Amino acid sequence: MIAKEIILAKLDSRFLPHVTFNDQICQVNAEGLHYRDLNSLLRTLDSHGVEKVELHSVCGQRYIGTDLKTGMAIEIYGTPGNDLAAFMNGPYITVYGNAQDCVANTMNEGKVVVHGRAGDITCYGMRGGKVFIRDDIGARAGIHMKEYMDKKPYLVVGGTAMDFLGEYMAGGVLLVLGLNLKGDEPHKARFVGTGMHAGVIYVRGNVAHMGKEVKMVDVEKSDMLTIEGLVREFCGYFKTDFEEILSKKFMKIVPYSHRPYGRIYAY
Amino acid sequence: MNELDNKFINPFNQDKDFAGCSIFGMMSLEGKRFSSEDPIKAISNMHDRSNGLGGGFAVYGIYPDFKDYYALHIMYLSKDAKEKTDRVLASCFNIIYDEEMQTKAAKVVDPPLLWRYFVEPKKRRSPNLPEDECVIQAVMRINTETGKAFVFSSGKDMGVFKGVGYPEDIAEYFCLEDYYGYLWSCHGRFPTNTPGWWGGAHPFNILDWTVVHNGELSSYGINRRYLEMYGYKCTLQTDTEVLAYAVDLLMRRQRLPIEVVSQILAAPFWSEIDSAEPKRCNVLRALRQTYGSLLMNGPFSVIVAHHGEMIGLTDRVKLRPLIAATRGNMLYLSSEEAAIRLVSPQLDKLWAPRGGEPVIGRVGDKKIVGSAVKVEEPQ
Repeated sequence: MIAKEIILAKLDSRFLPHVTFNDQICQVNAEGLHYRDLNSLLRTLDSHGVEKVELHSVCGQRYIGTDLKTGMAIEIYGTPGNDLAAFMNGPYITVYGNAQDCVANTMNEGKVVVHGRAGDITCYGMRGGKVFIRDDIGARAGIHMKEYMDKKPYLVVGGTAMDFLGEYMAGGVLLVLGLNLKGDEPHKARFVGTGMHAGVIYVRGNVAHMGKEVKMVDVEKSDMLTIEGLVREFCGYFKTDFEEILSKKFMKIVPYSHRPYGRIYAY
Repeated sequence: MNELDNKFINPFNQDKDFAGCSIFGMMSLEGKRFSSEDPIKAISNMHDRSNGLGGGFAVYGIYPDFKDYYALHIMYLSKDAKEKTDRVLASCFNIIYDEEMQTKAAKVVDPPLLWRYFVEPKKRRSPNLPEDECVIQAVMRINTETGKAFVFSSGKDMGVFKGVGYPEDIAEYFCLEDYYGYLWSCHGRFPTNTPGWWGGAHPFNILDWTVVHNGELSSYGINRRYLEMYGYKCTLQTDTEVLAYAVDLLMRRQRLPIEVVSQILAAPFWSEIDSAEPKRCNVLRALRQTYGSLLMNGPFSVIVAHHGEMIGLTDRVKLRPLIAATRGNMLYLSSEEAAIRLVSPQLDKLWAPRGGEPVIGRVGDKKIVGSAVKVEEPQ
C-alpha cells in the first residue's frame, strides 16, 4: 500500500494540479509539463514506491523513464518525445500511440511496448531489457546494441524496418516480423547489418540489401526457440495470431567476423 | 525539482540541452489561407531542439493586395546602409509602397532595422532580362555592396520573417498573429558551426523559394563555388544558403522537376546507380557527372517551398528526422511527430519518408508524392 497523502505532501506544489490518485494508480496529466519536470515527478513517484503511473496527454516530452531503477509500470497516452526510456533500468513502459526517435537509448533493463510505430535509431546502444514495437521502425534500429554476460537486449518489430537495421551491432537480438508486407515482398531496408560484428538479426521473409559484413543463413533449432519465445510474447501484447506468424520462413543474419576491421588497425 | 534533487541529478549544473534544429511545414492542399496559430504552436512544441539563436517562418499567400509585386524584406545593420540601399532600389525598381516592418517587444536579441518594400522591376533598364533575374541581380548587389544590408525575402505574395530568438519569440516580434497564408514553413535553430545572427536564421530565401534545414552541409564550399558561376553570391555565413540557391537554379531556371532535383541533391550511391536498370543508370550517371558539385553532402532534412508546392527531403542515408502526415486537405512535415499531433491529434496517414526520397505536396492535387511506408493509426 502506498500512502498517497504522504506522496502528495512531498510533491512540489506546481505538480499538484497535474497529479491524481485513482486507487493505487497515479494519473498524471502531462499537458504543458516540461520534460525535466515530468521526469523529476516520475523520480519522486518511483522513489516513494508507486507501482503504476498513467501519463496522459503526453506530447513530445523527452527522456520519459530515464534514470528509474524500480519495476514501476508506466502507461503513456499520446506521443512521447525522443529518447523514451533512455538509460532506463527496470520500469515497464507501455505506449498507446507512436514513439519518436531513439527509444531505449542505452537502456539497461526493463521493457518498452509500443502500440504504434517507432522512429529512427530505436534501441541505440541498448544493453539489456526488451522492446516490442507493433508497427514499423525507422532507420538504424539496433545501432551499437551490445551484450555482456547475462545482459542481452531484445528488439521485436511487428512491421518492417528502414535502412541500416542493426548497424555496428555488437550483441543482442533483433527480430523483424514484417507482418504488413504482402506475399513475398522483401523488407525494403538497405545496408542491413553494416559494420555488424556480433549479435543476431532474425527476419521473417527476405531483405532487399545487406551490408558487406554480414551473411544470411538458415535458422537452426535453437534460433527457433528464441524466435518462438519472442513471438509468443509479442502476440500477448498485440493480440496477433502466433501460428500465422510462425507459418512463414525466418532467416538469420549474422556477421562474417567478430573483428571486421581487425586488419585495418592491427599491426 | 527541489535543490537536493537537482544536486544529485545534475551535479555539474549543466543547463545545456543537446539537440538539433527543428523544422515544421504545414500546407493547405486547397490553397486555403489559415492563421499562424497552429504553425507557431507546433514549432514551439519543439522548443528544446533549438537554443534561441535563430527562429523563422516563411508564409505563402500573405500579401493578396500586393500579389503582383515583389515583396522585399530587408534588414539593415546600420542607417547608412539603408540610404545606400534605397538608392540601389530606386534605380532598379518602381517602389509601390514601403514601410518599416510591424514589430512589437519580444524576447529577441539585437534586432536590426527591418523594412518592407513592394516593388516592380523597371522594364526600360534591361528590357530583355526576365523580371525574376532583375530581382536576383538586385538582391545579390544589395547583399554584397554594403555588408550591412541583407534582403531576406524577395518573392511575390510571400514573406520570410526570421531573427535571433526562439521561433515563438520571433513570431511575437513580427506580430505573425496578423498574417494568414496557405503554406507555412517554420524553423527553430541550433547553430553548430556558424554564427547565430539575424541573416543566418532560417528560412533562406530567393524569389519565392525558401528552405528550412536541420543538419549540416559539409559540401558548402564546393556548392558555393559552383553557384557563384551562375551569379549567386553567398553572404549569409550559413551552409543552408547554398541549398536555397541550388533549388532556385535547378528548379526555376533549369526547370528540372523535383523528382530529378532530389536525385541531384541527395544522389544515390554509385553502387546503387551501377545496379539500376540500364536506362535509369544512364540518367543517374549523367546527373552525377553534370551536377556533382551540387550534391549536398552531410546530414540534412529540409523543407523546400515555393508557391503551390511544399517538399520534404532528407539526405540519402537518413541522418536527420522527418515525419510526414496528412489530415483532410492538410499536409504536415515535421522533425517530430508530437508537433503534428499537437495541432492535429487525428491524422489520416502518417509516415516516415526514406532517405533521399522526397515528399511533395501540391496545391490542387490531393495526391501526395512520396514513398509512404503506410502506418495504421494507433488505437
